[in-house]
Amino acid sequence: MKILVCISHVPDTTSKINFTDNDTKFDTNGVQYVINPYDEFCLTRAMWFKEKQGATITVLNVGNATTEPTLRKALAIGADDAIRVNAEPNDGLSVAKEIAAVVKNGNYDLVLAGRESIDYNGGMVPGMIAFLVDYHFVNGCVGIEVDGNSVMLVREIDGGNETLSSTLPMVVAGQKGIVEEKDLRIPNMRGIMMARQKPLQVVEPVASKNATEVQSYQKPAPKGAVKLVNSDNIDELINLLHNEAKVI
Amino acid sequence: MSVLVFADAANGKFKKSAFEVVSYGKKVAEQLNTNLVAVTINVSANEELFTYGAEKVISVSESKLTTFIAKAYSSIIKQVSEVENATVIVLDSSIDTLYLAPLVAVSLDAGYVSNAVALPTSINPFTVKRKVFSSKGFADTIISTEKKIVGVAKNSFGIHENPVSGTVEEMSISLSDSDFGVKSEKIEKASGKVTIADADVVVSAGRGLKGPENWGMIEELATVLGAATACSKPVSDLGWRPHGEHVGQTGKPVASNLYIAIGISGAIQHLAGVNASKVKVVINSDPEAPFFKAADYGIVGDAFQIVPELITKLKAFKLAQ
Ligand SMILES: Cc1cc2nc3c(=O)[nH]c(=O)nc-3n(C[C@H](O)[C@H](O)[C@H](O)COP(=O)(O)OP(=O)(O)OC[C@H]3O[C@@H](n4cnc5c(N)ncnc54)[C@H](O)[C@@H]3O)c2cc1C
Ligand SMILES: Nc1ncnc2c1ncn2[C@@H]1O[C@H](COP(=O)(O)O)[C@@H](O)[C@H]1O
Repeated sequence: MKILVCISHVPDTTSKINFTDNDTKFDTNGVQYVINPYDEFCLTRAMWFKEKQGATITVLNVGNATTEPTLRKALAIGADDAIRVNAEPNDGLSVAKEIAAVVKNGNYDLVLAGRESIDYNGGMVPGMIAFLVDYHFVNGCVGIEVDGNSVMLVREIDGGNETLSSTLPMVVAGQKGIVEEKDLRIPNMRGIMMARQKPLQVVEPVASKNATEVQSYQKPAPKGAVKLVNSDNIDELINLLHNEAKVI
Repeated sequence: MSVLVFADAANGKFKKSAFEVVSYGKKVAEQLNTNLVAVTINVSANEELFTYGAEKVISVSESKLTTFIAKAYSSIIKQVSEVENATVIVLDSSIDTLYLAPLVAVSLDAGYVSNAVALPTSINPFTVKRKVFSSKGFADTIISTEKKIVGVAKNSFGIHENPVSGTVEEMSISLSDSDFGVKSEKIEKASGKVTIADADVVVSAGRGLKGPENWGMIEELATVLGAATACSKPVSDLGWRPHGEHVGQTGKPVASNLYIAIGISGAIQHLAGVNASKVKVVINSDPEAPFFKAADYGIVGDAFQIVPELITKLKAFKLAQ
């Protein structure tokens, strides 16, 4: 089984978010980048396929050269090789078109991606890839088993889970549950050394036109001070929630 | 030309978000000087959408769709949008709609903006404000394709009545085998529980509760308020509560009217996922807990003392209503 894991390179979850250039650009100053948390769950699940079912893993990012350390980290965790499509990932649809071109070219059986990227929160790239390459697609996946060509999956639905069946080739957008937090791997020294030797191929984009474009960014309005209620005056809290906030 | 809204339903009943997107779609149609059309799948009470401004409802009944199948649903929306010559398609942010939206977008080669929080600020260029960086920022985004898809963030626009006299038209849509490449085998749902996605009120608790055996009072508080229960990430990682309750940046997003956080410190990743709630109440024994900076109301104190008292007082309050 040939697996492609899509890796989005995103600011660490603790990052302070600021904008520059007249609020038209994200301020990367002092920002630490990581593998998008959802993609990390998928990469770990891919590692199990590799170890138990002999799969090969390619990791892929659409981005400029600054994302290479993130791809190297994925290689250090255990992916076999990496591809970087040399394009600025500004728009979901065009990123999906770039990835679709790689998928067609490489004939992957299973494409794993995250439910959403925590920077732009589009939640769209995986489904778009699936449609573009005409693979079956499951979103919000919290469990997957592959047996030959058949795939059993679990996805999260409102208030529960749904079990689904399908066949390879597939695109699956995963989240926590596909593996657990405790299963995530920290690259060890050997992995880091080996990652340096593994192939990281840079390919030029198919260059599709962007469908969307950010005009400007804003930060949320600063929050007013909290109204504290004394712990022996619960009636006051109920009064405020009923008469002032009007939520109960 | 028209604006098309997909009004999502479960078991034949509209979700609340359906009324929100119809309300939103109506305003967009007014901005564009055109008509609003809503499409529904396997719903009988289509007239309910007239209240929110849908002049025309396209009702699709398909016996093959006993459960939600994303590809088939997306195929229906695409075909209806072509018949109705829709230039803007408005979708909600339910789990199912988030699943089908990218499929609709590619099938129409349409630019798609998800997490929209307000009406388009401009029609030409077509510009919508969306949440980015897990609610730590907003981006005014231009959609430049001929066809445009707007996904409205839950509870960001609200439900607005705008009664019209409308018509319901049945439309039959052809689906192909390839629309059924993913099959539903089994659905497991906690019955009778309010889900986080649907809840007006969410009662959430964290590691401050010390152990799973102390969740009785959280569930009771939720019952009194008709609320859904939720938890912080470590609580689900420790197995104290099911994963489905984990909220925050890497869990479920919450956008309820009222969010009550009990024994939760308010880490940046937790806040990122719950900040969209309108009113936040924090109960925490540590006056320095970061959550107080993000909250509207707070009580500094011991949850084991405050929550039982809150339950008793709320019961009395509800009886008096
Ligand atoms: C990549 C990444 C993603 C993450 N995603 C998420 C996410 O999606 N959601 C999430 O929740 N977290 C997430 N986290 C974890 C987050 O950083 C915090 O560790 C977590 O939110 C803390 O949970 P907590 O508030 O329940 O526990 P703690 O931080 O331990 O806080 C417990 C609180 O309870 C209070 N308390 C103690 N006793 C009492 C009492 N008797 N009465 C009242 N209050 C009491 C304490 O004062 C304290 O403030 C993520 C972390 C990382 C690194
Ligand atoms: N620039 C990118 N390069 C590689 N994969 C990406 C990129 N952007 C998004 N993805 C993948 O698509 C998923 C969802 O991203 P998004 O649609 O942007 O929220 C991410 O979790 C990644 O797996």
